[in-house]
Amino acid sequence: MIGSEFVPLSLTPLLIGIFAAVACALPGNFLVLRRQALIGDAISHVVLPGIVVAFLATGVISSWPMMLGAAGAAIVAVVLIEAIRRLGRIEPGAAMGVVFTSMFAGGVLLLELSDTSNVHLDVEHALFGNLESLIWLDATGWASLLDREALLGLPVELPRMAATLLAVAVFILLFWRPLKLSTFDEGFARTLGIRTGLLGLALVIAAAVAAVAAFDAVGSIIVIAMFICPPAAARMMTNRLEHQIAWSVVFATASAIAGYVLAGYGPLWFGGQDAVSAAGMIATVSGVILALAAGFGPCRTRSGAPQGG
Amino acid sequence: MTVELAASHGRRPEVVVPENSPLTIRGLTVSYGHKPAVFSVDMTVMPGAMTAIIGPNGAGKSTLLKAALGIAKPLSGQVRVFGKPLDRQRARVAYVPQRASVDWDFPTRVIDVVVMGLYRQLGLLGRLRASHRARAMECLDRVGMTDFADRQIGQLSGGQQQRVFLARALAQDADLYLLDEPFAGVDAATEKAIIGVLKSLRAEGRTVVAVHHDLATVRDYFDNVFLINAAKVAEGPVDTTFTAENLQAAYGGRLATAQVDQLAQVLA
Repeated sequence: MIGSEFVPLSLTPLLIGIFAAVACALPGNFLVLRRQALIGDAISHVVLPGIVVAFLATGVISSWPMMLGAAGAAIVAVVLIEAIRRLGRIEPGAAMGVVFTSMFAGGVLLLELSDTSNVHLDVEHALFGNLESLIWLDATGWASLLDREALLGLPVELPRMAATLLAVAVFILLFWRPLKLSTFDEGFARTLGIRTGLLGLALVIAAAVAAVAAFDAVGSIIVIAMFICPPAAARMMTNRLEHQIAWSVVFATASAIAGYVLAGYGPLWFGGQDAVSAAGMIATVSGVILALAAGFGPCRTRSGAPQGG
Repeated sequence: MTVELAASHGRRPEVVVPENSPLTIRGLTVSYGHKPAVFSVDMTVMPGAMTAIIGPNGAGKSTLLKAALGIAKPLSGQVRVFGKPLDRQRARVAYVPQRASVDWDFPTRVIDVVVMGLYRQLGLLGRLRASHRARAMECLDRVGMTDFADRQIGQLSGGQQQRVFLARALAQDADLYLLDEPFAGVDAATEKAIIGVLKSLRAEGRTVVAVHHDLATVRDYFDNVFLINAAKVAEGPVDTTFTAENLQAAYGGRLATAQVDQLAQVLA
């Protein structure tokens, strides 16, 4: 493929897809080990009411207010989940289920009650995003990467997703030890003076930030898949958390690249006419990787499940 | 109501606190839901000795330990570690949780778990040096587990897992060791290894407090006992406190016949 075609049309969606996948997979490792993986699903649902409220407040479809609305909704949801879990003594999964379904339903109601029918807020966009449309028209080839004017024309999602990935990675690197410790043995971590409640909340907020940024660019399907599939597949490749994180990054990147290419060219290879949704294909590839890891990964057998009492 | 009662209970004339008692608890009440799990408990742990916390299932033994460590939140009461609040003494306290309280499928190796005991030395970003690794291996050696350093923790037997937890506590190099059922479900060799280590800790002048469930071994293993059934029943040296009357008071009708027979032999 030549640069003059690849750079403007495929480079930016590919990079955004990779950044989004990795940004979700990184906190996903801890969420899966803490049996909180559902939180990714929850966050990507509660984003809808946040976006609707932001639209009602500002009256325009524009990125920043919607990002803020989504982030606000995610934080409200996280706090509600914690509150219901603690006050209602309900298991975390059920608390999440209650919160995200009712908030999503509230979002749909708001959407119906308000006059948003004439603007482009629809379910398909929420699910699949529009990765393919995030192209870089100012680019003419690889040389454009060094051209300041062309760089200004980059889709805003690219720097935003890159910054999100960086923030999530820095958070995990900085708090690596307490995160690992409190995920493995929360009681012991507390005796060392680690504020485990606060750290758990910070992890969920990091996941929420990744989810909201990724949602904006690539839709919720990728978010849900990337929180769970690469970390779960990575767990079956190794028995060390450090290596698991590395494998999850490899799997997330591979899913993004393979999914994007397959979505664009797969149908043609099989005699079809049109390309399929890149987001959908990326999520599918990550599922296939998980299935392969579950079938052939070297560390599939589990022996140390917690005993009762 | 409960809180009030506990608070007034805690205000009674103070028992004399020995200087530098490693762990002093006054008027401690902890509650899950409405029923207090630990009710208005006073405890004074003797330095350089081994103390067993004994009581029937659900008597609040683990909860007492967790409250002393700041893991469980008390409704009322005071905890002093070497005469100061726990927050300023964390480096002097080591903890061995119940083995079943964690997921042993967690992707990590034996040596990594022991290194967790060095967290307060390493801090957030301190580099793990060869000296830290050597220290962790030394602790594994003390529990006879050096050969397993690179194993994934899920591949260990129950007894081996318990030894790894003990090694992690040894890495903490503390003055007060709090253990939750360290002998639960372990093989005989492990039990021997663990008690050997605990006795060597005592010989070094450190203090050991363990939740213990096997009444038959109390006399052999421990210097002091603390009997609890939500409220404190008795506290003192094994010779004078580990008596049939106190056990009856702690266990009530719940002492199984087999245990009674076993005890009759021990106490005879």
